[in-house]
Amino acid sequence: MPVALSIQNLTKTYSNNLVALKGINLNVEQGDFFALLGSNGAGKTTAIGIICGLLNKTSGSVEVLGINQGDQANEVKRLIGLMPQEFNFNPFEPIEEILINQAGYHGITRTDAKKQAEILLKKMQLWDKRSNIAKSLSGGMKRRLMLARALIHQPQILILDEPTAGVDVEIRRSMWAYLKELNANGMTIILTTHYLEEAESLCRNIAILNEGAMIEQTSMKKLLSKANQQVLILENSKKLPQEITANNFNYERLDDYSLQVILGSEVSITEVLQVLSGQGIDINHIRSTQNRLETLFLCLTNKTNKKDFS
Amino acid sequence: MWIAYKTIIVKEILRFSRIWVQTIFPPIITTSLYLLIFGGLMGQRIGVMQGVDYLHFIIPGIILMTVIQNSYANTVSSFFLAKFNHSIEELLVSPVPYWVILLGYISGGVARGLAVGISVLITVYLFVDFEINNFFIAFTTFLLTAILFSLAGFINAVFAQSFDDITIVPTFILMPMTYLGGMFYSVEILPQFWQDVSKFNPIYYMVDSFRLGFFGTSTSDLLTSMSVLIVMIVILAALAFYLLKKGVNIKT
Repeated sequence: MPVALSIQNLTKTYSNNLVALKGINLNVEQGDFFALLGSNGAGKTTAIGIICGLLNKTSGSVEVLGINQGDQANEVKRLIGLMPQEFNFNPFEPIEEILINQAGYHGITRTDAKKQAEILLKKMQLWDKRSNIAKSLSGGMKRRLMLARALIHQPQILILDEPTAGVDVEIRRSMWAYLKELNANGMTIILTTHYLEEAESLCRNIAILNEGAMIEQTSMKKLLSKANQQVLILENSKKLPQEITANNFNYERLDDYSLQVILGSEVSITEVLQVLSGQGIDINHIRSTQNRLETLFLCLTNKTNKKDFS
Repeated sequence: MWIAYKTIIVKEILRFSRIWVQTIFPPIITTSLYLLIFGGLMGQRIGVMQGVDYLHFIIPGIILMTVIQNSYANTVSSFFLAKFNHSIEELLVSPVPYWVILLGYISGGVARGLAVGISVLITVYLFVDFEINNFFIAFTTFLLTAILFSLAGFINAVFAQSFDDITIVPTFILMPMTYLGGMFYSVEILPQFWQDVSKFNPIYYMVDSFRLGFFGTSTSDLLTSMSVLIVMIVILAALAFYLLKKGVNIKT
């Protein structure tokens, strides 16, 4: 697969001497749906800012579809659509105007921009609000407006920095469906998010930044396979017996009706259920306490005990 | 690039047109008051200045003052607000060359200067009969003044960190320079020392050549006035472009 984005030894030191990026390397293939994860302050937004021309890099190189960003910044900007984390539009401007102006900055005529804006605003369920000023929109609508604006010039690479923050579940799901559709049509998408189930559900490849350094870059499948431990809550409709024998797994009694079970790779949930069933405990509800990716993420970024994972 | 430029300037014109009550209307009221008080009431006692009766004498100064204030106000407020609400990022992530961004904002300032200047000119015409002696000189001065102060407003906006910063320069620098630049008087009536000091004030040359365009009389030669204006425009344009390209207070 040709490379959509290639970052080599990228460093960024701010004027207050804060080192935001410590020589990161990253490759994103064309057509990929890629997750760039990291805690707050890990350097994700800095990296995105440099790629899109919002920030100056300290050293290193960025290439987008083979074009060097340092030499041909404007050519690179034509290829990228950015949906930033913070709202960055004029709140007093009508939303259709925001899209038409953005298209104009990309050299699209007003007539063509109006057509494209109509398609996108309808897709984002904002068409009825096209004459409203951006300030009057709800948080979720503002996010959708920024997605529409990022797509107005039909970019080849879409960069989404926390696209669904503050968006309700229904709209989030519909945004996911739309992003999947865009990706299926060949658009390369790079996503940063704090909703790790979002990354797990959408992305095929993943990189994790921690304190300005790239600590992991692999496929989502490989990363998830590293998670050899799961914490499950097992609920019983009847009161649990006082004594429960469990030789091959650890558990903790949460209350009279539920147990927290820690499953390693050596034992399956079927075996656990059989052991419990043998003691007259018929579990009628199972739920996971944590998303697998979230558990791994916390482990890799030293936010939890590393010994839980191999 | 042409489409991007057109987009910026249309956006700027729509911006100040939407708020015409704040942008176009106040200078018309102020001008009417100046004409009534300084020209009509006090002017009769002052008589003639530089060979022209006082009511007519102050017209070029009043028009140019509104052009200076409005060109400056447009770019400083528009660019500072774009920085403040981060909508400047819409331009920074787009393939718009920096010189087009600068030209777009400056053209917006000039457009407001022209819109207000013409509105004031029409208002003046309702009060006083006058003829423009040399339209070309008057219009060229008018245009160059609008360009110069749009650039100055842009530079102020680049450095401004708060709303206070965009009012300090107009209040403490621009306003005294405008009033001391011979807007309401001829510098010839000043003592020699202050006449010499006035020659370091660029607004003096603008008002003087604008007055030359209106009445055919001036206290300095046209070539000097135009040279001062053009040299200052070149210096400020180079500085504004450098600041924008470098991303001072825009990119970190």
